[in-house]
Amino acid sequence: MDVAVQIKDAFPKRWCHLKKVLERTGPFCHPDFEPSTDVTNHFIMTTCKILVIGAGGLGCELLKNLALMGFKDIHVIDMDTIDLSNLNRQFLFRRKDIGQSKAEVAAKFINQRIPGCNVTPHYNKIQDFDECFYRQFHIVVCGLDSIVARRWINGMLISLLTYDDDGDLEQSSIIPMVDGGTEGFKGNVRVILPGISACIECTLDLFPPQVTYPLCTIASTPRLPEHCIEYVKVIQWPKENPYEAAIDGDDPVHINWIYEKASERANQFNISGVNFRLVQGVVKNIIPAVASTNAAIAAACTTEVFKIATSCSVPLSNYMVFNDVDGLYTYTYEAEKKDDCLACGQTAKVLEIKSTEIKLQQLIDQLTESYQMKNPGVTTSINGKNRTLYLPTVSSIEEQTRENLKKNLGDLGLENGSEINVADVTSPNTLVFVLKVASESMQVE
Amino acid sequence: MASPAPKSPEQSDKSKKYDRQLSFFLDADNIGKSRAQVATQLLLELNPDVKGDFVDESPKQILETNPDFFIGHTLVIATAISERVLVPLSTRLWDAGIPLIVARSYGFIGSIRIQVEEHTVVESHPDDQHPDLRLDAPFPALKQFADSFDMSQLELKDHARIPYVVPLYQALQTWMQQHDGAFPKSSKDKNELRDLIKKGNKNPDSEEQNFTEAIRAVNFAIRKTVVPTDVQDILNDNKCINLTSKSKPFWITAKAVKDFVDNEGKGLLPLRGSLPDMTSDTNNYVKLQQIYHKQSSKDAEIVFRRAQQLLYSLSQPRDNISEAYVKNFCKHESSIAIQRGSCITSEYDQKTANASEIALSLEQPDSMMVYYVMLRAIDRFFDEYNAYPGEFDDQLEVDIIKMKSCISKLLSEWSCGPLSKDDYVHEICRYGGAELHSVSAFIGGCAAQEAIKIITKQYKPINNTLIYDAISSNTATFAF
Repeated sequence: MDVAVQIKDAFPKRWCHLKKVLERTGPFCHPDFEPSTDVTNHFIMTTCKILVIGAGGLGCELLKNLALMGFKDIHVIDMDTIDLSNLNRQFLFRRKDIGQSKAEVAAKFINQRIPGCNVTPHYNKIQDFDECFYRQFHIVVCGLDSIVARRWINGMLISLLTYDDDGDLEQSSIIPMVDGGTEGFKGNVRVILPGISACIECTLDLFPPQVTYPLCTIASTPRLPEHCIEYVKVIQWPKENPYEAAIDGDDPVHINWIYEKASERANQFNISGVNFRLVQGVVKNIIPAVASTNAAIAAACTTEVFKIATSCSVPLSNYMVFNDVDGLYTYTYEAEKKDDCLACGQTAKVLEIKSTEIKLQQLIDQLTESYQMKNPGVTTSINGKNRTLYLPTVSSIEEQTRENLKKNLGDLGLENGSEINVADVTSPNTLVFVLKVASESMQVE
Repeated sequence: MASPAPKSPEQSDKSKKYDRQLSFFLDADNIGKSRAQVATQLLLELNPDVKGDFVDESPKQILETNPDFFIGHTLVIATAISERVLVPLSTRLWDAGIPLIVARSYGFIGSIRIQVEEHTVVESHPDDQHPDLRLDAPFPALKQFADSFDMSQLELKDHARIPYVVPLYQALQTWMQQHDGAFPKSSKDKNELRDLIKKGNKNPDSEEQNFTEAIRAVNFAIRKTVVPTDVQDILNDNKCINLTSKSKPFWITAKAVKDFVDNEGKGLLPLRGSLPDMTSDTNNYVKLQQIYHKQSSKDAEIVFRRAQQLLYSLSQPRDNISEAYVKNFCKHESSIAIQRGSCITSEYDQKTANASEIALSLEQPDSMMVYYVMLRAIDRFFDEYNAYPGEFDDQLEVDIIKMKSCISKLLSEWSCGPLSKDDYVHEICRYGGAELHSVSAFIGGCAAQEAIKIITKQYKPINNTLIYDAISSNTATFAF
């Protein structure tokens, strides 16, 4: 506080720009806007608490932008540590910071550089925190590269919604979410008002399959054949430069060299699945993280956070796409809320199955295909007793329940109208589905 | 890729000390020091490999005392610059052939203006491009390969692993034989072709993956290979046809390509030589890939030889154009691009301004051209009153009236009618010259990318003015 007071005195005009838009009204303000009398007592500088998820390419930009827009109480979560390959765009990190927590280094940097701003770091996974933690924030901003994490936080914010006795959504329980995403020269910004506008799950089909891999993974912890290929491409090739040329994805000789080296590496790590075709695919589909796209998208996200927190202008409704491959193109539209959305829909979730003759494995496949789940676990309640049908996340229980995958739903005690509880990494909540057999005549008694 | 930092991050007023808003590159510890100096220091710590320098003078001063200063740069970026300085600066750089980017952040509005006389791009990296398979004009090696398979004799396992180009090519041959050598054009023709492909499917249970791909490929692979119009325009451009001893490698190579098209290529561009991913066993895929790759190398070699001959006849050194440059050019030639811009000075001159573009856009309801008008009116206002409209609280109402008069003068210069709403004037005067960090950060990020595009000659830059409205989170591009 002492520092803030000192700065205030030494720096009387610090917020003179914000004063204009927060102390004056205009024709494009939100109807709720009330001009402030003293910007330094404004909500954003006193009580507003922002959560930034991710302290990577977008996260660094978001933290810097929010701090310079006057937000004082910012929390940041990131489970990653700093890698050499981050330094070209994650500008809060320096070489000496390699190996340290992104959240901690980023918070320290902002707190030092921008006096009066207080960033609290959390070197954690988002899943480490419960509803109490998330409920303390006014707005959540995401700068994530993982769709699963986005879906999880989306589910969390929806589970915080409360309804009054008439079944109406309580406005005070809504925590707006601003989500930014980038891929090469493309990006998007969206504003989600949980329970009111389209959520991540409502528009799941908009996400393309992920094809980029972090350098730290390919350098030290490869898991997939793609990781081995990437390793050869970005590390071995420049080092050995076998044909004294840049990689030409259309030259079979080049691809073959990468294929051989990647196979060697895959063998070393006991990874299977490296083949010529995959090598080709990985080599030609390089989508690097572009610093300027991160800058533009994080800036647009920050503007939205600022607009939501101050009402000084109407927020984006509700989706903006950005692409600067050919000139600069943006498109803004209103993504629609889905009534039967798995996360924010109010209707009971019905899972239609062919018959109870299908195997549990088929049911699980249906869940992963229709709802893009990753590795769902299924439990049910039979005659008031809970029964785990399959649980992939705990290996001892997985072993015990693996046999069930081959059994018919009927033999497992499920019938038309049975409820199943599904847990998956894509949501913090267990989802309840009612099984409905497509054709009544096939119903097993 | 490390973003190149500008050599001179800022040229501020000699005496310009910062006492206002902090930015990421202006920290609290250095309050009272020169902005250019502090910004340079903090910028350099981002990347130890970058060299930077600063000049503690205003651009106006430099233009007066050392006008050649700007000429030593690859590119100049100007921010928050007044019309009075911008106009002579733009003329100076235009005459010297140095690209200029002008970036601006004003309240919730931003703009980027790119001034570059001629910008050529070999690698424009379009998002969607059809593969160059040449099924309508198969070269001998492709023909031989595709004809070498007797699909009906193959076992199911092998049949399902022949690259789709083969069944597609064979079905096309059959169809053309049935139609006196004609090439399928209408959707009826293409449906017949799809049916022909389907007949070749061997698996009774489900469609083979390579056949599904062949059927899908009818959409994009069954078309006449042509030289795209944009590329034709470049090949027929005066600069391509009439080479001089000063012609740049781009134009000389373009001419070599044009000569290839007119001769060896028989009307077609050199083969791109890349084969998209497709279901196949490794052996046949690699064979087919090599066939395309070899043919494209052959074509590129011819173009390279032609380019060398052109260099010789133009008395230019042979190493002005390398084989690698030609290869790359041939690989991307169907998406090469050119942009020709205009000088900001002519945009600001009533006689040469693109008034019709302004008038036409303003007729559209909610066109973002209205913000262009506002930004220009702010310039006018500043020029006249040496302050921003609404900068001082007690002048707000008066400034709105003054600003309206600046707007009507500009509109009448462009022969445009009055604006339909006063909302925009009120909003602009509300800002009073405020610079919002997140709006600046958006414009800064985008302008940096444009600078990289211009320097690397990859991807297409904005042509030539971008307006950003952070209220609606939208952008629009206009050409002046």
